Amino acid sequence: MFVMFAKRHIISIRDFSKEEIDYILSRSEELEVYARAQPLRGSEKKSDLLEGKILANLFYEPSTRTRFCFETAMKRLGGEVINLSSTEASSVAKGENLADTIRIVSGYCDVIALRHPQEGASRMAASFSSVPVINAGDGAGQHPTQTLLDLYTIKREGLLDDLRIALIGDLKYGRTVHSLAYALSLYGATLFFVSPEALRMPDEIKLDLKEAGAEVFESVDIKEVIKEVNVLYVTRIQKERFPDPAEYSKVAGTYRIDTELIKENEDVIIMHPLPKVDEIDAAVDGTKNAKYFLQAFYGVPVRMAVLSILLGK
Amino acid sequence: MRKKMKKELKIVPIKNGTVIDHITAGQALNVLKILGINARTDAVLSVVMNVRSKKMGRKDIVKVEDRELKPEEVDKIALIAPNATINIIRDSEVIGKHSVYLPKSIEGIISCANPNCISNAEKEPVISKFITVSENPPRFRCVYCERIMEDVSGSL
Ligand SMILES: Nc1ncnc2c1ncn2[C@@H]1O[C@H](COP(=O)(O)OP(=O)(O)OP(=O)(O)O)[C@@H](O)[C@H]1O
Ligand SMILES: [Mg+2]
Ligand SMILES: [Zn+2]
Repeated sequence: MFVMFAKRHIISIRDFSKEEIDYILSRSEELEVYARAQPLRGSEKKSDLLEGKILANLFYEPSTRTRFCFETAMKRLGGEVINLSSTEASSVAKGENLADTIRIVSGYCDVIALRHPQEGASRMAASFSSVPVINAGDGAGQHPTQTLLDLYTIKREGLLDDLRIALIGDLKYGRTVHSLAYALSLYGATLFFVSPEALRMPDEIKLDLKEAGAEVFESVDIKEVIKEVNVLYVTRIQKERFPDPAEYSKVAGTYRIDTELIKENEDVIIMHPLPKVDEIDAAVDGTKNAKYFLQAFYGVPVRMAVLSILLGK
Repeated sequence: MRKKMKKELKIVPIKNGTVIDHITAGQALNVLKILGINARTDAVLSVVMNVRSKKMGRKDIVKVEDRELKPEEVDKIALIAPNATINIIRDSEVIGKHSVYLPKSIEGIISCANPNCISNAEKEPVISKFITVSENPPRFRCVYCERIMEDVSGSL
């Protein structure tokens, strides 16, 4: 497949066409053999694709899993990693502005992964960087590699072309579901939004999705849609969103996924951006429906693909 | 004096200059702000607010004497007054009339309504930037945080 992949940075999923996303997903598939742990001696699949390249992980907010995942992806392709931890970052942040830090650090590395508490930080950083910038999460804004790994999981399950997906939980504040819904609209997916009344998908985002051609349904009840979908994408409902703790317990209970619910649709797969707290019953973890740990693993090949594409490999 | 004013909208007839008509009621002062006209100006100005209008119910009008405002100067007015018309006056006659068009992108002028947007960070060397996603009603997407802003009159 030949695709003009002209983007120098990965800032927001909105910047990408469907063809560019497809290209990243197919690169992820090619690189997946190098992503796995190598248990058998002699049968290792080793890659030196990114040998001599350095990734700078700039994390101004704690996020162990995303940072580990980027580090693993880089190292499995033979590259190296330098890290600015969140505590170091906060002391940097007290004095120097982000623009200057980026100008300096981009002189020390070949690519930057940036996690920052302010929305739009990566877009700004990209304009000051001499090397590619990957947005690893900006406040309540975008987290494009999460969206890509969600898409990759759906693709690996063979469901991307005829997708009927329920996005469940906090659809108002949850950034992952906004970007994911947008990306899925490019694939003509049918979207079911399932949330408590107070946490519904914002109107402006629904308008956006409809403009992009997505078919959208809304419900407050999972049972109403469970038979209609092939994917349940579950997100956390945060206690802080509810002034009344009793109200929270009541609502959260209604959206909990358990083995009883899965009986209504035995083929449905369950995804979650993790970390999960109690929105999925532990008994679900061992079922064939649960894909969220696999989904977390898929972050490695997807980030490998992103790193290698940005580094021209 | 008062009687005369009541009868006609043309409170202050001007010989040469620009009349910005059909401004969304209440936005005249924001129009001046966008045009960069402030208290230090020496331009002869008249501002009329909340007058009756057949087309709009109520409207504001701004008249600037001896200055013919250029389209690129006035288009930004569309941010808050999408129905404004610009009338160029010469020798007391209207010799040109045009509408305002929202620019495709807007740099500076308005600030993002999201307090946590990097474009509002004081210590960063960054200027706000918005992409126009729809003209009427005006809607803008912040290039940085990607939030949509609808009413920008409070963010000038
Ligand atoms: N010499 C002038 N001095 C001051 N204001 C003027 C002068 N000539 C016209 N205007 C004002 O400029 C605006 C446009 O004038 P015009 O004669 O085109 O009115 P109109 O026919 O009502 O136009 P429209 O269809 O745009 O409402 C009006 O608000 C009018 O009062
Ligand atoms: Mg008139
Ligand atoms: Zn913003």
